[in-house]
Order: sequence, then C-alpha cells, then structure tokens
Amino acid sequence: MINKFRPDVMESLDVVWSGASIAIGGFGSSGRPDALLNALCDLDRRDLHVIVNNVGHDFTGVGRLVMEGRVRRVTASFPILQEFYDAYFAGKIELELIPQGTLAERLRAGGSGIAAFFTPSGAGTMLADGSFPLSYRDHEVATRLSAKETREINGRPHVLEQGIIADFGFAKAQKADPKGNLRFHLSARNFNPVAAMSGRTTFAEVEQLVEAGDIGPDDVHLAGVFVDHVVMTAAPEPANLSGTMEKSVL
Amino acid sequence: MTVNAVAAATVIGRSRDDIARRLAEDLVDGYTVNLGVGIPLAVPNFLPDDREISLHAENGILGMGPHPGFGLEDPDLTDAGKQPVSLKVGAAIVDSATSFAIVRGGHLDVTVLGALQVSEVGDLSNWYVPGRNPAVGGAMDLVAGTPEVWVCMEHVDRKGISKLVPQCTFPVTGFRVVTRIYTDLAVFYVVDGRLLLKECAPGVSPADVRNRTAAAYTEDLFL
Repeated sequence: MINKFRPDVMESLDVVWSGASIAIGGFGSSGRPDALLNALCDLDRRDLHVIVNNVGHDFTGVGRLVMEGRVRRVTASFPILQEFYDAYFAGKIELELIPQGTLAERLRAGGSGIAAFFTPSGAGTMLADGSFPLSYRDHEVATRLSAKETREINGRPHVLEQGIIADFGFAKAQKADPKGNLRFHLSARNFNPVAAMSGRTTFAEVEQLVEAGDIGPDDVHLAGVFVDHVVMTAAPEPANLSGTMEKSVL
Repeated sequence: MTVNAVAAATVIGRSRDDIARRLAEDLVDGYTVNLGVGIPLAVPNFLPDDREISLHAENGILGMGPHPGFGLEDPDLTDAGKQPVSLKVGAAIVDSATSFAIVRGGHLDVTVLGALQVSEVGDLSNWYVPGRNPAVGGAMDLVAGTPEVWVCMEHVDRKGISKLVPQCTFPVTGFRVVTRIYTDLAVFYVVDGRLLLKECAPGVSPADVRNRTAAAYTEDLFL
C-alpha cells in the first residue's frame, strides 16, 4: 500500500543534507512551504542552494534561511529582501538571477527529462552575456554568471537554458491523498507544481490530508508520482494582509 | 543633445492617472493584458465599461479583478506584486510554467510596463540600475513574448533628462520590443525600428515634445 503521509516533519526531512539544492514553491508568502523551511532551520542545515522565485519580504520562509546564514546560493528572479542583498554584496551569498518564466521552465524541464531549451527571454541582456555579478567580495564583483549560448532561430536570438534537477523539491498544496496526489488553491499554486517536479526527492506540505479517491482523477493538479513525502503544514498565523504584504518595485 | 536647459520652461502635460487613462482608451474589447507596476497599475481604473479586458498576472491568474475589499483578502489569491486581488467570473488559474507559456507563446495581446529608458528603435530598460538591488521578475519574458509592448512613463526623469534616448544606457530588458510609448507629453509608436510621434497631450505642442526628447523621431501626427 502506498502511503506517503509522514506524521513528523523533522524526522521526514532529516534526509536533507547540508549543501543540498532545493527547489521551493511559492510566490512571496503565497503558497510557500513554511513548515518545511522552518524544519530545515530547526535541523540546522547549512550551505544550501535554494531555487525559488522570491526570497520574501521578511524573516519567515526563505527569508529565515537567509537571515540565519544557511544559504550559499540563490537562484531567483525577484529576491527583493534587503538583508538578502546586503549578504550578496558582502560576498556571503551568490545570486543566479534569471527571468521568471525561464526559472519556471527550467524547473519544469529538469523534472521532465529536458536537458535544456532555447528561449528568447533575456537574449542579448546582462543575464545572458556573462556580465551579471554572481558574487561579490568586499563589495567588488568576484565572479560573474557564465555567458549563455545564444543561437538565432527563426530570425531571432535565443538563449540556451539548462533544466534544473534539484536534490529536493519543496511544495505547498491545499490537499493531498495518501498517493501524494496534490490539489492547490487559487494563485497559491504558482511555482509549486514545477518545484515538485524538479526535485529528485520531493516533500509536499498540505493543509488537508484526504482519503484516496477524495480528489477525483480529473481534479488532481499534480500527480502523486512527483511527490515522495507528505506532511501537514503548521496552523496559519493570523495575517494582516494589507499590513504585511510585500511592496513591489519596478 | 542637452535637454535640461530647455526643459526648465514649464509644460504641464498629463498626470500619471491621465497617462493610464489615455492608454486604457486604446485597449480593444477582448484583449488579454499584463500590467506591470507603477503607472500601469492605474489602467484598470479607466477601462471603458463597454469593453471586456482580461488581466493576466505572472503568478498564474487570467481574469484578475480588483482588491476584494478589506476583510475579504485571501492569502492564496494575490497579484504579481503580492497584493490581494479578486477574480472575475470565468477566471482561470494556472501554474507558473503555464503562466509563462501564455507570455512567451504570444497569447497575451498587450504588455503594459513602466520604463527607465526607451530607445529610438524600441529597446527597453526597466529592470536594473547598476549598483542598486537587482531583480528582474517576468519583465524579460513579457517583452520577449508579447506582440504589443506599451510603455507608460514620465517623459523626462526627475532631473529633467529625456527618458526617450538614442541608445539605452541602463541595462536592457529587451531589444526592439516596445511598440508604443505613452508619456505625460505625448504618444509615440515604434514602427519598423523607427520612432513616430503620433499625438501630443492637450496643451503640449510638437515643439515642447521636441525640446524634451533626446531620441530621434519623425512627426507622424494623427489628423
């Protein structure tokens, strides 16, 4: 019998090693797997490579990992947290900045056996020509993102982007059944399906555990074959949305 | 070309809201549109009632509606700026990979963005000021994939320097991607790599625009 429910988050997550790469779902705090991220901190894992769209706007979630100095590299499109940038310019964290659509597709491709793909996004820009600062040392550029292969296809320049296979995938969903089939809620879906696909081993934290069959086959958003372990999310903290939501910039 | 000295003489064109209002007039019934942050966020306030315009958000919403009202916010329903939103009847939710398949695949009609600079051939700079905190989000995908890229921006920056330039000096988001520019002073089209002045704002003369524009362009005003 397949039963992917794991009663203890910490015990379940113990297989994640320091130094691992982790693809993480969520868009800001929406759909972010906070119980898994908190457990990672509580297990004292370090030297992590996190692949995630946003670092977040405060010291929860990925922000907590960053603030506790547990992150070696961030692959992201929109990091935003000031303390993250402070760590980046101080040479404590590398930033692999990539367009948001490229990030989503690299995760999807990695989980789908597509080694690489050509996209027009970013062609000819600093994110493709080898000039973007990957890391700093004492506020001077130390290393730069590698130049990406560019090819003209149908008369337009395209950039070769590699699929991402992460050591682990972290997803947050609304519901899971014992097979690991997931159902998401509204825009909290965002990067979660592709983060789950990208992980060699994937954890999903969910608000509800349901019986097999409770999510109809046509209603499964992500098939359980992409998910290895299912844990319960922590009870949500009462949120003052208008007060805490991230300020966006141009 | 120095425009500072000339720009000192006061010309009052459209307000930021009026730029958004002017752009909204040009959205066609049935369009699917992505709106960036800044002036573009005001566009929904000015959509004519007789046209149905669907809004796309990068985090996977098609058919996005306004803020749901205080007390009705749902943390699982936010826009790309992480602000609470609602859904229109008939809305759809997709994951991030599909959301950008919509973008890169050319399935949006218009992307509306702010800009630091637009060049005379339609290059756009809007993602990064070197030395400041870098973040790109979906801007490079949006301009690469959407057939119509409309910029709304102030015509000159805070120092009075033209944001329409011969060549972008800030890092570029996409090359030859902008198709229209709506500013406080004027409306420009980019056609076949050439910048065309199509319209001056009320109370603004073609000479006022000329004096505040560093980019080369051709006057091709609507009659």
